[in-house]
Amino acid sequence: MKPELLLEVKNLQTRFHIAEGTVHAVNGISFSLKFGETIAVVGESGCGKSVTMMSVLRLIPIPPGEIAAGQAFYLGRDLLQASEAEMEHIRGKEIAMVFQDPMTSLNPVLTIGRQLSETLQVHLGMDKQQAHQRAIELLDMVGIPDAARQLKDYPHQFSGGMRQRVMIAMALACEPSLLIADEPTTALDVTIQAQIIELVQHLREKLNMTVIWITHDLGVVAEIAERVIVMYAGFIVEEALVDDLYEEPRHPYTEALLAALPRIERRRDQRLRSIPGAPPNLLVAPKGCPFVPRCEYVIDRCLLEMPPLVQVGRDHRSACWVDLTTGKPR
Amino acid sequence: MESSTTQPASLPPKAFQLIPDDLETPPLTLGQLAWRRFRRHRMAIFGAILMILIVLYTFGGMLIFSEADANFVETGVRLQPPSLEHPFGTDTIGRDILVRTIYGGQISILIGLTAMVVELFIGVTIGALTGYFGGKLDSILMRLTEAVLVIPQIFLLLVMAKYFSQSIPNIQLLGRTFSGSVLVIIVVIGVTTWPYLARIVRAQFLSVKENDFILAARATGTSTYEIIFRHILPNSIAPIIVSATLSVAAAITLEAYISFLGLGVRPPTATWGNMLEGAYNYVESAWWLWFFPGMLIALTVLGINFLGDGLRDALDPHSRTT
Repeated sequence: MKPELLLEVKNLQTRFHIAEGTVHAVNGISFSLKFGETIAVVGESGCGKSVTMMSVLRLIPIPPGEIAAGQAFYLGRDLLQASEAEMEHIRGKEIAMVFQDPMTSLNPVLTIGRQLSETLQVHLGMDKQQAHQRAIELLDMVGIPDAARQLKDYPHQFSGGMRQRVMIAMALACEPSLLIADEPTTALDVTIQAQIIELVQHLREKLNMTVIWITHDLGVVAEIAERVIVMYAGFIVEEALVDDLYEEPRHPYTEALLAALPRIERRRDQRLRSIPGAPPNLLVAPKGCPFVPRCEYVIDRCLLEMPPLVQVGRDHRSACWVDLTTGKPR
Repeated sequence: MESSTTQPASLPPKAFQLIPDDLETPPLTLGQLAWRRFRRHRMAIFGAILMILIVLYTFGGMLIFSEADANFVETGVRLQPPSLEHPFGTDTIGRDILVRTIYGGQISILIGLTAMVVELFIGVTIGALTGYFGGKLDSILMRLTEAVLVIPQIFLLLVMAKYFSQSIPNIQLLGRTFSGSVLVIIVVIGVTTWPYLARIVRAQFLSVKENDFILAARATGTSTYEIIFRHILPNSIAPIIVSATLSVAAAITLEAYISFLGLGVRPPTATWGNMLEGAYNYVESAWWLWFFPGMLIALTVLGINFLGDGLRDALDPHSRTT
């Protein structure tokens, strides 16, 4: 275990056993995080982004979920082997998570203040008075005006953007080393999105946090992340520094995603490209590359074997049998 | 013409001024919203008033008549019809029915309330455990619940009442003596009625625990105990309150059944139920023996059911009826 790694996930496999069969949600993915960096995890809905992060935090409901294999070392400690009591201590204090929909992520029958101070009392052992004081500071920090008065309010009195700010305040209450933001801006409108992104970036610098930002918005990625992980059907298909990824995608899926982005220099009569087809059914155990049905570069080998994630450049890994720079098999 | 010009001027000028602080009325809390809906529910208010009157009658009557009056036997005046001296008449051994309905009502209401507490305790515990944890625990406890449900309740009640009634001595409490059978009846009703509540609680837990805010709470390291008691239970409280209210009425009726069949609360402790038992042979000849306790049972059950109905509507956050 190298000391510069905050989180190191190895060969994580998560499955869900449901009535129709087994969903192969995460199929042996490995990645690592250095202290203080921000990575983005991108991919279509249902490609395993959230499940990966929830597996690491052990928030997967078991059953029907199952973490079939893998390790997730947080500061050298395997979270997948930790006891539930240890996890309760880590969640919120060491690793915090912000969820997609702020409208449903707050308990409707508890006041904002009570929900905020709960975390503080549990993890930092504060008494009511201290927790109340700290809760005011936190709301202030995430830019909610008149914090002392708002603490007595219930979630339904807050707008979506304000609720997401509250969620962020709750996540940051104990100054965690790692923040997992699971599409925190997806449910918000564009102007609020920008505010939330800015807020998280500001707080990341202030608190010196490492951030995993799950999103399917490549526009957001360029803005915030240093490194990008592209996921497809429960696999990591490409991993690169953000500039490299945009300039020279090395996986057909990434290439297609980027081609689907609107660009200001694009000619007006040119249509945006979409990726034909739909993501594969995860009920079927993957054989070969899952992107085959939608890929323009398919060769025979793709049908038989899943390509491993290999180094294709400096800090650049890709899982494809075809070398996109030449268009020829590797 | 003249009147039309003066009319707008007669409106208070303030109505035209928009004062921000006035516009922003303080938001209502969930409790205030529920109270507002409850207040507008006519039957619920009727039920509430009825219940207040009955409680005043049974517990206020204590201040006028002593318990000794309730048990005072005067065979010379047995089976007297209602009169000024005995407004509700007297029973087969000359006890005053008015006073006995007062003291009997206390016992009946107390049985209703405490049986509800027993039922709540068992039902909520089992419902919460099964609903939250699921899996094997759920299977085992739900089979147990079904096992209790398949036995006809009255039969179970009678057997248990008969089996346990001899074993509990009289209880001294607050300077009064209660027949040990009161305790037996409370426990017996409590342990036979919880399955319904357990199922309601389980269903609530199953649905509430899937909410995003439960996941979010877990993600901040909230312990299982806190999740159950601070996040899920308060969100499930409405059907529990409603069910608990209705189960008070059910317990009072059940007590009346058992006592009527002679297996309930033992004399001399009066309850509305065992007062009916004595009336059995005098249905035609002495109507006052069964009319007053019977009426009180009916009114109480009616009042509680109306109250429960109103609470159901008032506590349901989706209800938009005003």
